[in-house]
Amino acid sequence: MIDNREQGTGNKYIELTTPLVDKDVEQLRVGDRVLLSGIVYTARDASQRHIVEDLEAGKELPADLKGQVLYYTGPSPAGPGRVIGSAGPTTSARMDVYVRTMLELGVKGFIGKGRRSMDVRDDLKTYKAVYFLATAGAGALLSQHITAAKVIGYPELGPEAVYELQLDRFPLIVGDDTYGDDMFEREWPRWKR
Amino acid sequence: MSRIIRTEEIAKAVSRLCRDANLKLSDDVYSALQNALSMEESSFGKEVLTELIENAETAAELEIPICQDTGFTIVFIDMGQDVHIEGGGLKDAVDAGVREAYRSSHFRTSVADDHIFSRKNTGDNTPSILHLEMVPGDVFKVTVMIKGGGSESVGRAGVLKPAEGKEGIRRFVLETVEAAGPNPCPPIIVGVGYGGTTDYAAYLAKRALLKSLDEKNPDPNLAELEQDLLDSINRLGIGPAGMGGRVTAIATKIATHPSHIATMPVAVDISCYALRRKSVQI
Repeated sequence: MIDNREQGTGNKYIELTTPLVDKDVEQLRVGDRVLLSGIVYTARDASQRHIVEDLEAGKELPADLKGQVLYYTGPSPAGPGRVIGSAGPTTSARMDVYVRTMLELGVKGFIGKGRRSMDVRDDLKTYKAVYFLATAGAGALLSQHITAAKVIGYPELGPEAVYELQLDRFPLIVGDDTYGDDMFEREWPRWKR
Repeated sequence: MSRIIRTEEIAKAVSRLCRDANLKLSDDVYSALQNALSMEESSFGKEVLTELIENAETAAELEIPICQDTGFTIVFIDMGQDVHIEGGGLKDAVDAGVREAYRSSHFRTSVADDHIFSRKNTGDNTPSILHLEMVPGDVFKVTVMIKGGGSESVGRAGVLKPAEGKEGIRRFVLETVEAAGPNPCPPIIVGVGYGGTTDYAAYLAKRALLKSLDEKNPDPNLAELEQDLLDSINRLGIGPAGMGGRVTAIATKIATHPSHIATMPVAVDISCYALRRKSVQI
């Protein structure tokens, strides 16, 4: 295992396909570049609140989340001849409160932008899951790595509905790993003056 | 003598500006990103800036919004007092323009009617917010600003004691930017408003973001303060997308107003790297 904290920015490039298992996520360290393929589900605060309510009511969820990855995004609608519009990450911190429940449902990864709480970082360690960063503000570019999209839950939420997205080598950086390390905590002190 | 402007013309202008602002990054912002790339030393930071530049090119070429968050629409109109509007209400005309652009251009509608009770998406990104300034003459200048949720969430306004002076404002700005960290999609553009009242300082901070990034503040004191704030922000180390680096902000813009002798209101309005605002004169 390469320890990236010792290696500076000498980070690995890894290709992964969902669903993910423990072995997939345990090899990842903060700063690693990942190209992710396969199905992921979009999730924002509104849809996750619905998921939690449906769970409590004993209703069936829009998808089996075991081994799956949630992408925090509310895509813009597809223009003519396209599968999706712009689809970059939204601020993950708004969804911190739902992370524990999602991990209990078997989620192995989250994609978003910005920092997570200490509670989330601890839970990622306990449940063996990772937090990926997609480039914040690059929704047009990132959309080129999405090959199919369909709404599978809560269509009444519009852009906040749950979409099933098919990714093709979607570029990510590991933000929080299963060892409790955090990208921002590692990088900022290096550049602060 | 009054000049007559039809509401249809206003709606059309607003619609075109919404479309333009969401699809094409302004030249001043694009050059500022290129400049940031030449200054950045961190490898993660350079990668992010390269992607943001490429993103702007992809957006313009494929007519996909620069960001999926096609924002809350804020409209500024500077209206000459010799202008007479015909054909209906001004606010309705502005919202008609927003509605038309978001429907025909496949932009995401991101306005919830009420966050506490129904929380229904209004479905067409209206209502917008309209800031109307009456000015002399017969000009009619419309500016559309598209503000995403990530950057709008980290703004802050407060009232300092006048004795806190320049240092107080510096501290307020730096604390706001540091607390925002990676969330507003850096490299950011920082609008600062001070003076007036709390609400007016917040308006000034937003209005400061309309200034061209290419132009230096004509007031030498403010120009120096803008540079000082920019340098201080860029020592925080947050970097592009918060991945660490030299360039956390690409510009700081200040707007001021006289205030009561006992108060010093200050506000910070942060824009993501994609500062989306476009203007037209009718």
